[in-house]
Amino acid sequence: MAVGLTEELGGAPIPGPVVTTSVPRRGRRVQLPRSPKILAGLGMMVFFLFIAVLGPTLAPQNPSASASTTGSLPLPPSAAHWLGTTQQQQDVFSQLLTGGRSTVLVAFVAGLLATALSVLIGVTAGFAAGRTDDLLSMLANFFLVMPALPLLIVIFGFLPSSGGSDDALIGAIIAITGWAWGARVLRAQTLSLRNRDYVESARLIGERGWRIISFEIMPNLIPIIASSFLFTVLYGVGTYTALAFLGLVNPNHWSWGAMFFFAQVSNAELSGYWWWYIPPGLAVALLGTSLALLNFGIDEFINPRLRVAGLSRRQAKRERTLAPPRRFVLGLTPVIRPPGAANGRAGTAGQPPGEAARTGTVPAGRHWGIRGRGRR
Amino acid sequence: MRVIARRIGFYILTAIAAVTVDFFIPRVMPGDPVNAVLAKMQGVPVTKATRQALELQFGGTGTPAGLWGQYTHFWWTVLHGNLGISTSNGEQPVTTVIRGALPWTLGLVGTATVLSFALGTLLGVLIAWRRGTWLDSLLPATTFFQAAPYFFLAFLAIDLFATKLGWFPSSRAYGQLDFPGFNWPYISDVLDHAVLPALTIVVASAAGWIVGMRNVMITTMDEDYVLIAQAKGLAKRRVVWYAARNAILPSVSSFSLAIGFIVSGALLTEFVFSYPGLGFLMLTAVQESDFQLLQGIFLIITLAVLAANLAADFVYVFLDPRVRQEA
Repeated sequence: MAVGLTEELGGAPIPGPVVTTSVPRRGRRVQLPRSPKILAGLGMMVFFLFIAVLGPTLAPQNPSASASTTGSLPLPPSAAHWLGTTQQQQDVFSQLLTGGRSTVLVAFVAGLLATALSVLIGVTAGFAAGRTDDLLSMLANFFLVMPALPLLIVIFGFLPSSGGSDDALIGAIIAITGWAWGARVLRAQTLSLRNRDYVESARLIGERGWRIISFEIMPNLIPIIASSFLFTVLYGVGTYTALAFLGLVNPNHWSWGAMFFFAQVSNAELSGYWWWYIPPGLAVALLGTSLALLNFGIDEFINPRLRVAGLSRRQAKRERTLAPPRRFVLGLTPVIRPPGAANGRAGTAGQPPGEAARTGTVPAGRHWGIRGRGRR
Repeated sequence: MRVIARRIGFYILTAIAAVTVDFFIPRVMPGDPVNAVLAKMQGVPVTKATRQALELQFGGTGTPAGLWGQYTHFWWTVLHGNLGISTSNGEQPVTTVIRGALPWTLGLVGTATVLSFALGTLLGVLIAWRRGTWLDSLLPATTFFQAAPYFFLAFLAIDLFATKLGWFPSSRAYGQLDFPGFNWPYISDVLDHAVLPALTIVVASAAGWIVGMRNVMITTMDEDYVLIAQAKGLAKRRVVWYAARNAILPSVSSFSLAIGFIVSGALLTEFVFSYPGLGFLMLTAVQESDFQLLQGIFLIITLAVLAANLAADFVYVFLDPRVRQEA
């Protein structure tokens, strides 16, 4: 399938519109497309990681301290308070810098744990097949149809009122509700890989199960694992922010969601205190956007057709001067190869994508129900 | 129709599991719901029977019934449509309280989901069809809307359209305090109040359908039958229609993933708008430590989501003959 594409092309990199000079490594050359999407996503991600690590130290003021005790109205942005103040005269900018750490930490803990769970369960289910597969698939399907936020609200609702302020614990609870989608995609891919000839031959040679999984199957799952990690981190950001916004985790533990909680309590949206809720909202949305952009990049890596479609207009215009004009015609995707990169095997030779990974779509006919085996 | 039978079987098992989860959460969480509820009931004399009833509900050592006894009792009450008493709503039965809120949520979330699915799918087809044009620049925007929290969009909508422009009301589902009957002023009032919450849900959830549909559509448009249809000289519109009909299948089958997200987002939206649906009720239940109401709402939401999934499965089986043949 899609992930095995590099394999089928005899190890040659898939020629794409954006081909950088590739450094030959031993045997196989892996090349990530350097599209503007990936670069933008990476840049934003580095920025947010920087805020998560250094933000609390950089904050000019204590996020919980009131700058003055006389005022009772939030102050708009000024030189003293770059992003204004809250109703309690706390500095919004400092809260924003401080809140990043907890938000990013919870999201990454949730992403790591959920991905580990999904690899464990998904790959096992796909490789073991039979009764084990049926049971694990059932479990994954159950978590998939269960509405996550109501479940989390009930769980946190029964926690003692002080709520959790332990980032690792919150991340772990969120991970429980977030692993199923990754497991489902990984299982489907493992299932399609386990009957490949090279896996079959490894089995005939007498390699053990764990060795086949870790050396033959796992390397081909890496793009999907990476994509499912990004997806669950994205999910973790959204879910943690929502839980904090609802006041279900200790709101005095600063996070972007907690800022929203206080803004909501003081009706910031009704009074037009935009400087209070727009910064944390934008921060969450941009963090999510950077994760999604990285995920797009992985998608384009897996499925070359999306890459061609993602060609920017400026680039197309630039190349039009070199080559005859191309148009996207229904039924045909033109493949753009820079001169020299072509080695005869074009991107359109690719099979349909295994999973349009980011969107969680499953191709028709491989609908994965409780009947277990997805093979047809 | 073995496919459908299997799906129904799966949803029945899932419903059983959901009830079981609902039963076990108060028992495995570290809090003490029995005493929390008793603390709420100040002024009412607490008899031994009350305490026993609560321990039967939330777990405890004071009841003669063991864990299994409590579990069967829980099933007994659920199957009899008895979800307990809501302490935060004047000791009304939970089912009565939920019945008052359910129509609002069904109306709002149902309409918004259908709208966003239709709108998102159409836009996705359009973007895939006209790729390489300015429409491609919509994609980064959809990414942003997908990543933005529902309540952030709700805040923006209120600040802009309710506070600054004053076009729509900012909270509640209707203006009058009492129910005047189903006449036009009342209905238009309800619609007026539903615009902003519905807009929030549609804008936030349409992005997912757009991206999903576009990605599948781009792959589908390279199929041989599309090329043949094009070569035969069929009208462009017709060719796209053929491709879109096939490309929509993954969107339908990924409905189960999406509906959970949309319902979750809708709960948050209701909270921001103080919309008197299940989401708002659920959060007041948390704030008031009204645990039976909390459990009841979780159960109802889960069952509703399962029903929506089952409906999507029916549609899928109806749309895709291959699934029918497989069985």
